Amino acid sequence: MAETILSKKTCKEIDLWLKKYPKDQKQSAVLAALREVQHENKGYLTTELMDAVADYLGMSKIAVYEVASFYSMFETKPVGRNSVSVCTNISCMLMGSDEIVKHVENKLGIKTGESTKDGKFFLKCEEECLAACCGGPMMMINHKYYENLTLNKVDEILDNLD
Amino acid sequence: MDDKKINITVDGREISADKGQMLIEVTDKNDIYIPRFCYHKKLTVAANCRMCLVDVEKAPKPLPACSTPVMDGMVVRTQSKLAIDAQKSVMEFLLINHPLDCPICDQGGECELQDLAMGYGSDVSRYQERKRVVVDKNIGPLIQTDLTRCIHCTRCVRFGEEIAGLRELGATGRGENMEIGTYIEKSVTSELSGNVIDLCPVGALTSKPFRYSARTWELVQRNTVAPHDSVGSNIHLHVKGDTVKRVVPAENEAINETWISDRDRFSYEAINCDDRLHYPMVKVDGVWQQVEWQEALDFIQKELGAIIDDDPSQLGALVSPSLTLEELYLSQKLLRGLGSNNIDCRLKQIDFSEQVSTPLFPWLGQSIVDFEENQAVFLIGSNVRKDQPIINHRLRKAVVNGASVMVLNPVDYDFNFSLHCKSIVAPNDMVSELASVLRAAVKLSNKNIDSSIKKLITGVSIGETHKEIAQQLFNSENTIILLGNLSTTHPQFTLLRTLAGVISKLTRSKLGYLSESVNTSGGWLAGALPHRLAGGADCSKIGLNSSEIIAKKLKAYLLVSVEPELDCWDTNAAHQAMKNADLVIMFSAFQSKSVKDYANVLLPIATYAENSGAYINNEGVTQRFSNAVPPQCEALPAWKALKNTANCLGVDGFNYESSDVIYDEVINIIDEIKRDNYQDWSTNVTSLPKVRGLQRITETPMNMIDPLTRRATSLQNTRDVSDGSIHINTSLANKNKLSEVDMALVYQAEKEVQMTVEIDDRVPDNCVLIQSSHPSQIELGGAFGSIKIKRSKA
Ligand code: SF4
Ligand code: FES
Ligand code: FES
Repeated sequence: MAETILSKKTCKEIDLWLKKYPKDQKQSAVLAALREVQHENKGYLTTELMDAVADYLGMSKIAVYEVASFYSMFETKPVGRNSVSVCTNISCMLMGSDEIVKHVENKLGIKTGESTKDGKFFLKCEEECLAACCGGPMMMINHKYYENLTLNKVDEILDNLD
Repeated sequence: MDDKKINITVDGREISADKGQMLIEVTDKNDIYIPRFCYHKKLTVAANCRMCLVDVEKAPKPLPACSTPVMDGMVVRTQSKLAIDAQKSVMEFLLINHPLDCPICDQGGECELQDLAMGYGSDVSRYQERKRVVVDKNIGPLIQTDLTRCIHCTRCVRFGEEIAGLRELGATGRGENMEIGTYIEKSVTSELSGNVIDLCPVGALTSKPFRYSARTWELVQRNTVAPHDSVGSNIHLHVKGDTVKRVVPAENEAINETWISDRDRFSYEAINCDDRLHYPMVKVDGVWQQVEWQEALDFIQKELGAIIDDDPSQLGALVSPSLTLEELYLSQKLLRGLGSNNIDCRLKQIDFSEQVSTPLFPWLGQSIVDFEENQAVFLIGSNVRKDQPIINHRLRKAVVNGASVMVLNPVDYDFNFSLHCKSIVAPNDMVSELASVLRAAVKLSNKNIDSSIKKLITGVSIGETHKEIAQQLFNSENTIILLGNLSTTHPQFTLLRTLAGVISKLTRSKLGYLSESVNTSGGWLAGALPHRLAGGADCSKIGLNSSEIIAKKLKAYLLVSVEPELDCWDTNAAHQAMKNADLVIMFSAFQSKSVKDYANVLLPIATYAENSGAYINNEGVTQRFSNAVPPQCEALPAWKALKNTANCLGVDGFNYESSDVIYDEVINIIDEIKRDNYQDWSTNVTSLPKVRGLQRITETPMNMIDPLTRRATSLQNTRDVSDGSIHINTSLANKNKLSEVDMALVYQAEKEVQMTVEIDDRVPDNCVLIQSSHPSQIELGGAFGSIKIKRSKA
C-alpha cells in the first residue's frame, strides 16, 4: 500500500534514515520521512501521505498526525509553492522585522499564514527564532536564509522567485 | 530486613517502601493523599500535569510525586507551604483555559478537577484574556467529547497505546493549540474504548448514552456482574430511583482489573427499551391478551399438562447460558420433573458427539491472571478480542512480555498485538491444519499417541507454520491451547477438541475452552444439558440436544431468555420448529414481532439488573449478586417464574423462598467445582473431512450475542454488529462478478435469500462469512456447511 503512494525516491530516502536507527525503532525516521514527503508534494502533507508514512514505518496513523501537526515546519493544508518565513523573534524584532512583515504582506496582498491566489507564495507564520540572530532581520525562503534584510532587498529576492 | 525495602518519612510518618517505587505509589498505599491528574496506576507515568508536586527535603524545588522514585531516608512533606503553593500554582495554570462550565457538565460531582479546584483553586481568577475553545469531535456513538474542558493529561492517549493496543486518540497541535482527537473524522473502534470515560479526570470525555440524564449525586451505586462474556467482569450499576442510568467497572484485580468492555458498559440501555415485556401474555385464537400471572399459569397447566400427560418427551427446553446458576438449575429440575431430559443451553453448537466423555464443564484451563505468564498460546477458532475482551487484554499483556500467540482461524481477524504466526483456512481445513500441527508435535516429542489418532494423521503434510506452532508449544514454558467460540460452533468440534487435546498432551501445554457466555460454566454445572444432571452426574436417559430438540419438531417448547431464530446454530430450523409447535412458552424480558408470531405464552422476566443469583465464570469462579432495581411492572426474576410454573404444574420440590435457598441446594449438589479438562483422547473418526465447494462461516459479532445486547441502541450503532451482508473476498467476488453495489442470491439447504455484498479480504478463499442474528439471514439455516451464491439480476 504505502509503496504505491510514496515515490521510489522517497522510499529510498526513508530507507537511508532507517539504517541509522535500531530496527525496532523505525518511528525514529518519521521526521525525515515527513520532510521528504512534504518536499515532493509541493510543500504540504495530505492525510493519505501521512497514512502511507505510518504504514511504511509501522506506526499508528494518529502518531504521525501528531508529529506533523506539532512541528511548524510541516504543513497539513495546501500552500503556495514558495514558503516565505520572516523571523519575528526578539533579535529580528529589534532590528525591524515587523516592518519587513508588513511590507511582504502588502506586496503579496496576503496576511501571514496565507498563500497567494496564484499559488506562488506562502507567507508562513514563523513561531520561533531561526537561529540567525546576528544577521537580523532575516527570512527563510524554501530552506534558504536571507540576512540583513532591507525593504529593497526583500523586493529583489521575491521578484526573482518563480 | 529485606534489602529491597527502604524507609522514607512522609509528613513525619516513617514508612517502609520498596526500592524503585514511585513516591505516589507509596503514599497511595499508606493512605496519604497527593493530588494528581495524569497519574493512573494502570498507565505509564507521563508526569505532565504537575499537580502532584511535593516538598522533598534537600531537593531545590518541588518534585512530582508520580515520577520521583523513593530513596532511603527521603523526607517528604505533602502539606508544607512549598508543596501547597506549588499545587495551587499548578491549579491556577490548569484553570486558565478550563471553561468552568460545571453546571452543565456531566462530570460535575465526580470530576477530579472540580474536587481539586475546591481544595487548591483560588476564588478569583487573575486571568482576563480569552480562553481557548476546541471544537468537539464526533468519535462514535459511545463517547461524548467536550474538548474545551480537556486538561491534556493524556490518560486517554496512553490508554489507547498501552491498554487498548490501538492508538486512536492522539494529541495533535502544540502548546495552546494542542487538541485531543482522532485528527480525521472517525469513530473509535476499540472494544474497550468506554474506559476512557472513567479515565478522563474532567468532563472532556463522557458517556454519550448517559448524557444529561442524571446528576452524579442523585445516583446510588450497586454491585453486580456483567452478564455477557464468560469473564464475568465486576460492575457497578448507577441507579436513579428504579432506573439503571449507567454502568462503570468495579475493580477486581483477579478478573477485570479496572476495565470493562463496551458491551458490558452500554448493554444496560436495553433494560429500558421499548421491547420490554411488562405483563404476562397469552395468545387466544390468534390474538394476544394481557393477563394476570395466574391466568397465564393456568393456561400453561392446561395446554402443557395435556401434552405432558400424553408424552413428556414431546417437551423440549432451550435455555440461555446467561441465566443465573439458580435459574439454569430450576429449568432442568422443572423439565426433568415433568419427565423430559430434552434441555440444552449449548445453543450455538452442532457437534455433540462424545459429549458423554467431556469434562465437568468447559474450563478456561487456567485462571484469568495466568494469561499474563503464558509464553506461548495457540488459539483455535477464536476472535478473542471481541468475544472475551478482558481475556484478550491479559493475552496482550503476555505478548508485551514476549509471549508468542499463534492462531488457527477461519477468518483473518484483526488482533491488537502481533501474532507469532497464523493459519487462516476454510472451516473444514481447520481440522487438517490441526492434524498437521499434531503430526509435527509427535515428531518433536517422540511420544506415543492413541492408535486411532495415529491412523487419522498418517500422511498429513507438515508445513513451516505447523512446525513453528508445534515447536513454540513444545519448547516454551507455560503454554496453553485454547478453543474459542468458533471451535465450539464448528461442525467438527469434537475432532478439533481431540486433536487439540493430543497436541496439548504432547507439548505439555494446558488445554482451555473460551466459553461463550457469562454462565456457560453454570449451565454445565447445574445440569442444563440433556446428558448431565446437576453436579455433572450422568443422566440415565440422555435427552435431546439443542440441535435435536429443534430437528425433532416437538409439540411443546419452553424457551428461557432465548430467541431461537436468532440464537440457535440453525436459525431456520429453529424458526420452523417454533412455528410448527403446538405450544411455545417463552420466559423473556423482551418481546418481538417474530416471537409473537409463534409463541403462545409470554412470561415477563427480570433482566440482570433486576435479578439476584450467581454466575460461574470461565475459570470456575462463582460470583453472587443481588438485584439493583426491582423488576419492571409484572416481571419476575426467572427463578420465581420457573418456580411458580413448576408449582402450578404440580412438580414437587419447588418450595423456594428466595434464590439463596436454590443456591444452597445447587451448590451442595455441585460440591466441588473440579477444574480439569483432562480426557483420554481417542477418536472413532477414521478420515479427515474433505469438503469441496463454497463453505459458510458464521460469526456472532460482539454486540449481537444475546437479547440484551441486540436491544442496546448505542451498541447497535457501533461496528460490532451484524450487517446482514455476505462477506466474500476479492477473488470470490471477481469469480462471481459481484461488487459491493450488487445483491447476491444466497442458497443454502434449499432456501434462497437475497443479501447485500461486502468485499472482505479477511475471509479465506471459497468461503462466505455471514454474521449471525441478523433478521435477513434467519431463513438460511446452519451456521456452517455448503452454500452457493450468485449475482442477483435485480
Ligand atoms: S480528554 Fe480527558 S483523559 Fe484525554 S487528555 Fe484530555 S483530560 Fe486527559
Ligand atoms: S530572532 Fe530572528 S533569527 Fe533569532
Ligand atoms: S500526577 Fe504527577 S505530574 Fe501529573
